[in-house]
Amino acid sequence: MTFDPNIAETRFGTGLSPRLAPPATLADMLDRLAGPDRIAARHRIPTWAEAAPTIREFRILSRARRDAADTPTEDEAEAAFAAIRLDATEARDRRLLSVMARHIDTDDGLRERLVAFWASHFTIRPRDPFSAHLVVPTIEQVIRPHVTGRFADMLRAVTTHPLMLVSLDQVDSYGPNSLLGLRRDRGLNENLARELLELHTVGVDGPYDQTDVRQLAKLLTGLTWDRDADPADPPLYRFDMAEPGAETVMGRTFSDEASLDTVLDALDALADHPATARHLAGKFARHFVADTPDPALVARLEAVLVATGGDLMALTEALLTHPSAWDPVPRKVKWPFDFCASALRALAIPAEDLFVLDRQGVTRQFRRPMTVMGQHWDDPPGPEGWPEAAEAWITPQGMAGRIDWAMRVPAEFRPDLPDPRDFVQTALGPLAGEATLFAASAAESRRDGIAVILASTDFNRR
Amino acid sequence: MDRRGFLRSTLALGCSVAASPFLTPIALASAPGDARLVVIILRGGLDGLDAVQPLGDPDYAALRPTLADGRAIPLGNGFWGLHPALAPLLPLWQAGEAGAVQAVSTPYRDRRSHFDGQDILEAGTPGLAGEARRDGWLNRMLLAMPGARGETAFAIGREQMLILQGDAPVSRWSPDARLRLTPQAQRLLELVHHEDPLFRDASAEALMIVNALESEAAGMAEMGGGPPAGDHMRLVQFAAQRLRADTRIASFSMGGWDTHGQQAQGLPRALERLAQAIVGLKDGLGPVWDRTAVLCLTEFGRTAHENGTRGTDHGTAGVMLYAGGALRGGMVAGDWPGLSEAALYARRDVMPTHDIRDHAAWVMRRLYGLDRGLLETTVFPGLSMGSDPGLVL
Repeated sequence: MTFDPNIAETRFGTGLSPRLAPPATLADMLDRLAGPDRIAARHRIPTWAEAAPTIREFRILSRARRDAADTPTEDEAEAAFAAIRLDATEARDRRLLSVMARHIDTDDGLRERLVAFWASHFTIRPRDPFSAHLVVPTIEQVIRPHVTGRFADMLRAVTTHPLMLVSLDQVDSYGPNSLLGLRRDRGLNENLARELLELHTVGVDGPYDQTDVRQLAKLLTGLTWDRDADPADPPLYRFDMAEPGAETVMGRTFSDEASLDTVLDALDALADHPATARHLAGKFARHFVADTPDPALVARLEAVLVATGGDLMALTEALLTHPSAWDPVPRKVKWPFDFCASALRALAIPAEDLFVLDRQGVTRQFRRPMTVMGQHWDDPPGPEGWPEAAEAWITPQGMAGRIDWAMRVPAEFRPDLPDPRDFVQTALGPLAGEATLFAASAAESRRDGIAVILASTDFNRR
Repeated sequence: MDRRGFLRSTLALGCSVAASPFLTPIALASAPGDARLVVIILRGGLDGLDAVQPLGDPDYAALRPTLADGRAIPLGNGFWGLHPALAPLLPLWQAGEAGAVQAVSTPYRDRRSHFDGQDILEAGTPGLAGEARRDGWLNRMLLAMPGARGETAFAIGREQMLILQGDAPVSRWSPDARLRLTPQAQRLLELVHHEDPLFRDASAEALMIVNALESEAAGMAEMGGGPPAGDHMRLVQFAAQRLRADTRIASFSMGGWDTHGQQAQGLPRALERLAQAIVGLKDGLGPVWDRTAVLCLTEFGRTAHENGTRGTDHGTAGVMLYAGGALRGGMVAGDWPGLSEAALYARRDVMPTHDIRDHAAWVMRRLYGLDRGLLETTVFPGLSMGSDPGLVL
């Protein structure tokens, strides 16, 4: 079991395309990943720093609307407020389309897959509808640059990011004995500390208990966000919110100096913890290879993470050089977003055709169908991100969603649907089984044929 | 037609729904028993102390400086008060068709993670060991019901419902799903899924449900059905529709309970939705309501102390709200441990005085006549059922 271009493009990429050749060799695949991020430049997504000033604008207009109530400028203020909310919704839709366009046009699909994996690992959930359009820009800024870098750097960038601090209530956590905590009679909020341990680093089976959660929550106090600060500023640390004294987390005592450095030290220690390597190795293998992966693969990934100090490029390389990664049996199921994107890629839909969709179009072609398939795309059900098990996705309802989409949407993007007998080769190549090949030739119409291919097990597994 | 206009057009080019070969045998299957059980999972950890407030407890007001705002609706002798957002339940409460059990929890302790807490709640097991995450207790109960069919139980909505996952056949549905296929396309789909049981079963069931729903909808349209309002009401209306027919068990979840901050703003909205859902079930079920039990379960309660952000954090014991004509309501059952510091669990949470599984087990025993031994070993492994709390009439 060694490298195979079709498996590479399907299991580790965004799917086969009639326009873009899959990587020819493993070295080619890794070179593309190590090289410049060309597709990000082609389909631009603003970073958090670029998109976040809209928050201040929103607050100003929101206040103006309140102040204008029952005055002659009421309608004007109301209209301005409605306009910025609409802008935010449209921006959120454009992000979805941009990510899909990247899936369609990239020759480095592995990068898109890594971004999606780590974004789910570090799920950020918007706390208010307005900031939903900032989730993808946040991923662009704090996840994407690090998928080939060090885990510790990603952990620092994500954990100190404003949206994460809001998403997991850190902005509301006060040291009970801090200056502000005492003055305002406010206390700890454990949420970020708990998820850091349970989800982001050592994992729920890790060697920690409730005392460690409390200690880490105390250590994190001071880390916060000021909505009026410049989003390009470094993370905010407020001494007057920090709990005095040194904290001990999982047996390690950190500096009693209340500072951002102490927080970053603790994050580095969590990143370096052996339980973190074990947790990440298992999760990585479960995402890319199998719901119950070969223990030898997991052990190898864990060893590489430990040996390299959390080098994610090395992790990816270790995955792809392991024989079980190339098992000819496809054991994973495409997430709904990947299902839709790989279908459009196989159909050679030009990315420009996506961007003409208006809000209803995005809802009808993507958001609502993906929700039926089980993925409310940029708003996962909880901080644990998307489920991995095939059974979580291939439910009657999930299949109804996939079949319905496959019947309906391809023809709306491409009224000139290809001949199913050709399309089965484009979409699956040698990965098409006999039943799928037969079905492609036996369908009553092009539309049915394309739908059956897209809804087939062969196309949905990877 | 230009592409833009084409993409924007909202008319879907659907083929008509064909009669399904899967439909009839299952939709017409006789169902075991006559009682209906609805389990609503409240994901996020409902604050039992705020939903059903112990107004008469001497320590309550001090623990909840802003949340105990004197707006609760006193119940009975006034020791308990119902959160004002639950006011729509008051008529049911007074009619003895809604009630609560206080200070109950799953066996889950100390880690206070939503995900593990929900897994244990839905798995019905003492802890998270190996198999625990694989199947749910409602599913294991179905296995013990002779004649249970795919239509007997429904997991409704977009969420995974571990509680109904397992070996017994269960239908899952989101009211959003639909499907239009020709008979030939259906046959080809069967073919391309045939070798993979996961895909084969999922798509066969999808076709069956869609076809059943479409024919019901056609029937409803002839009689003139009212429009639904809100996501939760769509779940409720779908549930009621199925429960009036062959379905006996339904489960869905509702969110909005994880009130770490500004609970006085967030919780009322969630409670209102829950109250609407329960009232909606009663309205939708009509005469069947008399044979219905609705249990509202959450993964854990919240801290006894209000936190620094006028909210509450993950705790231990909480409240189980219940309703239904088959149940004895109008009371707050359970053993109240009190809220003095010594009475709290780990000096922070309401002390659990009963295993929530105990109440669920007794409801199932009385509703369906299930054997006690089976409930204590198979449905809720390791549970030792105490005396009957008497929730079922």
